[in-house]
Amino acid sequence: MDFFTVDLLRDIASGIAFAAGGVFLLIGTFGLVRLPDVWSRLHAAGIVDTVGAELMLIGMMIQAGFTQATVKLLLISLFLFVTSPTATHAVANAAFVAGIRPVRLRRNEAADVIGETVKKAAKS
Amino acid sequence: MTKAVALLVALFALWLALSGYFKPFLLTLGVLSCLFTVFLAARMKLLDDEAVPLQLRLSLLLYWGWLGREIFKSALAVSKVILAREMPIGQQLIAIPSTQKTEMGHVIFANSITLTPGTVTVAAGGGRFLVHALNEGFAAPEGFAEMDKRVTAVEVR
Amino acid sequence: MTLFLGAAAAIFVAILLVLIRLFAGPTLYDRVLAVNTFGTLTVLLLSILGFITGRPDFLDIAMLYALINFVSTIAILKFFRYRALGRASADGEER
Repeated sequence: MDFFTVDLLRDIASGIAFAAGGVFLLIGTFGLVRLPDVWSRLHAAGIVDTVGAELMLIGMMIQAGFTQATVKLLLISLFLFVTSPTATHAVANAAFVAGIRPVRLRRNEAADVIGETVKKAAKS
Repeated sequence: MTKAVALLVALFALWLALSGYFKPFLLTLGVLSCLFTVFLAARMKLLDDEAVPLQLRLSLLLYWGWLGREIFKSALAVSKVILAREMPIGQQLIAIPSTQKTEMGHVIFANSITLTPGTVTVAAGGGRFLVHALNEGFAAPEGFAEMDKRVTAVEVR
Repeated sequence: MTLFLGAAAAIFVAILLVLIRLFAGPTLYDRVLAVNTFGTLTVLLLSILGFITGRPDFLDIAMLYALINFVSTIAILKFFRYRALGRASADGEER
């Protein structure tokens, strides 16, 4: 009987994680389709990569319990945690260098950062 | 030397976690392969602060907890923007100053900014980051200042 | 089991949405972003499939896929920026 309760609690906890993760995945990918340009879509992809993926992995970890599978899931989530911002930054930087600028840009301080880099490179 | 031992321990822990074998023969093979990897890494002069970041404080784990909460909050905010009928987008490219001393600190700060939905680090230069924000709500300098302070506290030896 | 099937269904719908962006994306960077997101979703789907079929080996495949996905994203971006994979330096001197 006691075992049954633990099982039920585990199912409820991972169900919540799966539901929240799935909602964030769907919102993020919906944003990927809906938002107007690359720069705003980066943020939608950010939701999928961070909150959605990690919540799904946490749900799986709760189901797996204290096994080797949980360790592997932890490693996967760590990889995603470290690599996804790097990939996003690479896309953003490549788009910036290629000359693509956001639509409806309200404030642009790019000259403050890029200008100094150019000056520093010229000095050294 | 400390870094070599630390890398050996980390590699062997990874080996154990991925294989799950505890037979003496296979354990010996695992130790040998880890030793060979550490030897190769030392030969390639990879045992520096970047490959074996021992200089980071353990409070990095606490920082990740704080970062997780921030990520969740801003993910909710970005979801609201996506689901609003008239998407309130006013894109901004803003310069954010960073006070970290080491490259590792800069990487942690820039990656934290990118991990938080709503803000993406685009370029770096002159002790500043060029950050793209979805609208004014994500571009508040106070939030960046607090993250900057916390990263600096993690990074200082 | 039902939980895992529900999660797999959510991931599947998300993959379909990403495919729309992948085919429609006007610029190269839209497509690269979509491919990267597609890879993340594939990792999740692989792990879920491991639980559904009761074979934890799928987690190893998912882990490898996560790493390969990252490397391929960087490689595609590097290729389209420098038109070479081998010798281009980080600051773009050998363009």
